[in-house]
Amino acid sequence: MFSKLTRKWFILPLAIMAVASVLFAGCTSSQPTTSSPSPMTGLSLSGTIEIDGSSTVYPITEAVAEEFRKLHPQIRINVGISGTGGGFKRFVVGETQISDASRPIKDSEKEQAAKNKIEWIEMPVAYDGLSVMVNPQNTWVTSMTVAELKKIWEPNSTIKRWNQIRSEWPDQPINLYGPGTDSGTFDYFTETINGKEDASRPDYTASEDDNVLVQGIAGDRNALGYFGYAYYVENKDKLKLVAIDSGSGPVLPSEQTINDGTYKPLSRLIFIYANKAALTRPEVKEFVRFYMTEGPKLVSEVGYVQLPARFYTENLAKIQ
Amino acid sequence: MRNGLTFYRHLKKRKLKGNILSLIFLGSTMVGTLVLIVLIVDVLRDGVGWLDWQFLTSFPSRKPEEAGLLSALFGTLWVMTLTALFSFPIGIGTAIYLEEYAPDNRLKRFIQTNINNLAGVPSIVYGLLGLSLFVQALAMGRSVLAGALTLTLMSLPVIIIAAQEAIRSVPEAHRLGAFALGASRWQVVRNIVLPSALPGILTGTILAMSRAIGEAAPMIAISALVYLTFIPSNPLDRFTVLPIQIFNWVSRPQEDFQHLAAAGIIVLLVVLLSMNAAAIFLRNRYQKRTEE
Repeated sequence: MFSKLTRKWFILPLAIMAVASVLFAGCTSSQPTTSSPSPMTGLSLSGTIEIDGSSTVYPITEAVAEEFRKLHPQIRINVGISGTGGGFKRFVVGETQISDASRPIKDSEKEQAAKNKIEWIEMPVAYDGLSVMVNPQNTWVTSMTVAELKKIWEPNSTIKRWNQIRSEWPDQPINLYGPGTDSGTFDYFTETINGKEDASRPDYTASEDDNVLVQGIAGDRNALGYFGYAYYVENKDKLKLVAIDSGSGPVLPSEQTINDGTYKPLSRLIFIYANKAALTRPEVKEFVRFYMTEGPKLVSEVGYVQLPARFYTENLAKIQ
Repeated sequence: MRNGLTFYRHLKKRKLKGNILSLIFLGSTMVGTLVLIVLIVDVLRDGVGWLDWQFLTSFPSRKPEEAGLLSALFGTLWVMTLTALFSFPIGIGTAIYLEEYAPDNRLKRFIQTNINNLAGVPSIVYGLLGLSLFVQALAMGRSVLAGALTLTLMSLPVIIIAAQEAIRSVPEAHRLGAFALGASRWQVVRNIVLPSALPGILTGTILAMSRAIGEAAPMIAISALVYLTFIPSNPLDRFTVLPIQIFNWVSRPQEDFQHLAAAGIIVLLVVLLSMNAAAIFLRNRYQKRTEE
């Protein structure tokens, strides 16, 4: 009796899957995983491109891969979100052909690549602006200088109330919100504002999920926080932007000020890295070419800021 | 007369105490139930409008209205099926050995302590173990098989401990009776112990599978993928699972992706509940049969 029962127990999920596979078979065509570059060019390209890295760059790569698939349904593109460092770990051993990165490759990672005889090409693909945010009911703050931001966020900061920053601001507590220490945004902000990566005061509300920060700032009159510009764009009605003064007057972040470089110093380049050897495969080369020609249009659709056109033409020249 | 009055007063007091405590226990039961109800209502309100055929049959997309979780859904089904296939027999085998065969010596106590400790190891540790053992050392690649084996390692301690408890609760008299009739050790295990322990074993398996299906951390270590445009066709294919896809949607800035995440959670709950329903159905059927 027992054996009869176990047999059923094993068969049931298999049966469900078999039925479901048949049901879905019409929707997709499964391709072999092995890469088999076709000698022909154009529509008949096939193979697998493996991409991994920063979750910040992921939405752009996803958008490009999605559009690319419409033209080349035979090419499998797998995109992961191991993080910039995690992505480079796989890139420098040749496991991936392209790596998404929200910062330039580090020296230690270059050495690793050299050791494994992996040559690579760096290609900036978009700007990612960091924005400083307050609650819409905050009537006193319109701009801040970089020095004031540093005074608030540096490791031994004693700022607890708004009037400690500027005496005309109210005698109210200041509540801080920011990304957690694992975030690339945190690395970038601390390096740019506090002068040293990962150096920050610890007593603020931290979350790896920027949407949590949006909720926090939207519900707290005395809030001040920072996160990616894309999250501001989606929540304009709940937040108020702070203009940043880096010496030449306060500038609000916008597509234009990030693009022309006047919004300083809180906008950074984000990149993809391509394996040089893999670029000899026609499908990889075609994908990167597509990324540089069609990608720019998709960048703003997913919340980032396009680079000036010359960046993309330079990238195209690099892969020729 | 006076003594009688005191008696009734004390009785009343004791009964009142009893009632208060039963209210407190009811309250603690409600905490869990209410949280579950709130969670389900909240997720349903957020996601049910986004749950349609297109959502189930599409691959990931930057456009929320075109995005779906086909690859993640099938990845989860593949991984869970293989995990159940591996962990159920190995888990029961271990439990039978430890309870019915193993002599009570240092080695057994050593194994037992280790199994108990393994049940408390954080899941990401299993992910990293799976990455270095299955993906790299055994060269399985970042495949469905490597993911399933990793979740198997994670589920085993829970299944083993639950199965041991169930086997231990079978009355010794039943075993001795069978032995007295000349049954071998294996016949006793097969015909006496396992049939009455099976409901308990299935309960443990449900718990372990329910934990495994929701794991994102070890699966990110093994697979790392989110964007995948095919359904795994064999155990060595690349894959992604529902929790990774949900995790990615939750962290996107566009509000519509939050709804997609909620719809994804509904799908995950449905898969989980139907898995559990199948196990509970088998358990109840078996319980009835053993009672007959």
